[in-house]
Amino acid sequence: MNDEYAHPEALVETQWVAEHLNDPDVRLVESNEDPLLYDTGHIPGAVKVDWFTTLQHPLRRDFLEKDQFEDLCRRLGIRNDTTVVFYGDKNNWFACYAFWLFAYYGHQNLKIMNGGRAKWVAEGRPLTQEVPTYPPTDYTAKEPDPSIRAFREDVFRQMEQGLPLVDVRSPQEYSGELIHMPNYPQEGAQRGGHIPGAVNIPWAQAVNPETSTFKPPAELRQLYEQYGITPDKEVIAYCRIGERSSLTWFVLRYLLGYPNVKNYDGSWTEWGNLVNAPIEK
Amino acid sequence: MSEGLPPALAEIVADFSQCERQEKLALLVDYSNQLLPPPPEALADGEAPESVPECMTPVGLRVLERDGRLRFYFDVPQDAPLIRGYAAIMQQGLWDTTPEEILRIPADFYLQMDLQELLTPQRLKGLTAILAHVKRLALRLAEG
Repeated sequence: MNDEYAHPEALVETQWVAEHLNDPDVRLVESNEDPLLYDTGHIPGAVKVDWFTTLQHPLRRDFLEKDQFEDLCRRLGIRNDTTVVFYGDKNNWFACYAFWLFAYYGHQNLKIMNGGRAKWVAEGRPLTQEVPTYPPTDYTAKEPDPSIRAFREDVFRQMEQGLPLVDVRSPQEYSGELIHMPNYPQEGAQRGGHIPGAVNIPWAQAVNPETSTFKPPAELRQLYEQYGITPDKEVIAYCRIGERSSLTWFVLRYLLGYPNVKNYDGSWTEWGNLVNAPIEK
Repeated sequence: MSEGLPPALAEIVADFSQCERQEKLALLVDYSNQLLPPPPEALADGEAPESVPECMTPVGLRVLERDGRLRFYFDVPQDAPLIRGYAAIMQQGLWDTTPEEILRIPADFYLQMDLQELLTPQRLKGLTAILAHVKRLALRLAEG
């Protein structure tokens, strides 16, 4: 079995980024869990997107619509042929969410910087607080790609057919034993547990904790295959709001080359609130 | 408007409520650089800090009491500036307050800072939880 990622072009190393800081065909995009981190210092030339204030729909529970996404890209100086490189904190968790959104609207040249922000900082590479501006573009998005996004109907179908569901939350979230504190609202879901038939493979297991880089192909393959998550079947991944599972989606789709993987961004905050939806504990 | 808040905290809340979105972020970054580490006497008892499991970021909390007045110290990772900023606000806003003053703070006081437009509900819950744990420590001291 060859030990290469299925789509090595979807991953770049920090050194590659360091060599492309002034490349007009490359746009670096920082996407973090912590909404202030970019403002404290970022890779020179990088622009910021924030999961909540930039990428989510301003009204309904959804991400940006097509025209809103186009506006964002135009504002960030991203052309249709720009190579967009995402990086961020927490093992690139929110960087993968942004990648997934860009893939949904059909952007072609997308990459994740392996190791994310933590690796860049650990290597002593430069950060700046200077916020760059780029000339606006005339970006046009493609129609959404439904093959990478699952809605609840897809999840019901998946469950009924006994096809693979991967719950990438922590074991405590999966088992439904929630951290409890009196008078304190929980998790944003009325019920704890997981979707019947889902296996629990916490998202961060795909990453080396010391370096924040993705584990080598053979280890990743073993991680998922031992739970029956194999490339011959359609896979749906979910977490709490669909951000951690976008990292798992990236790993399965691009690093392991599974042809049919969807991210269920409704995730537990939808399923655990749905009247009549079956739950397993 | 800022009823029930210790004066220093009321002042910080008022500052935020007057800021535009981008200014709020800049202000939070400023605060994140002002978080004071615990002095040796806060660590002297050798006890583990109170942890805040509801917050996505690992947060530890210590309190130092002198003559019935409290000072709070927070352990927050460097790479979590939002929580560092919020912790610094709590630290400065509650500096040398009494347990009674702390217990009077409304749990939803942060709504007056208008952070809802910047932070997810989950984040805001984490911040609420930090205050809840501050109150827990204050209550413990008030009850002796």
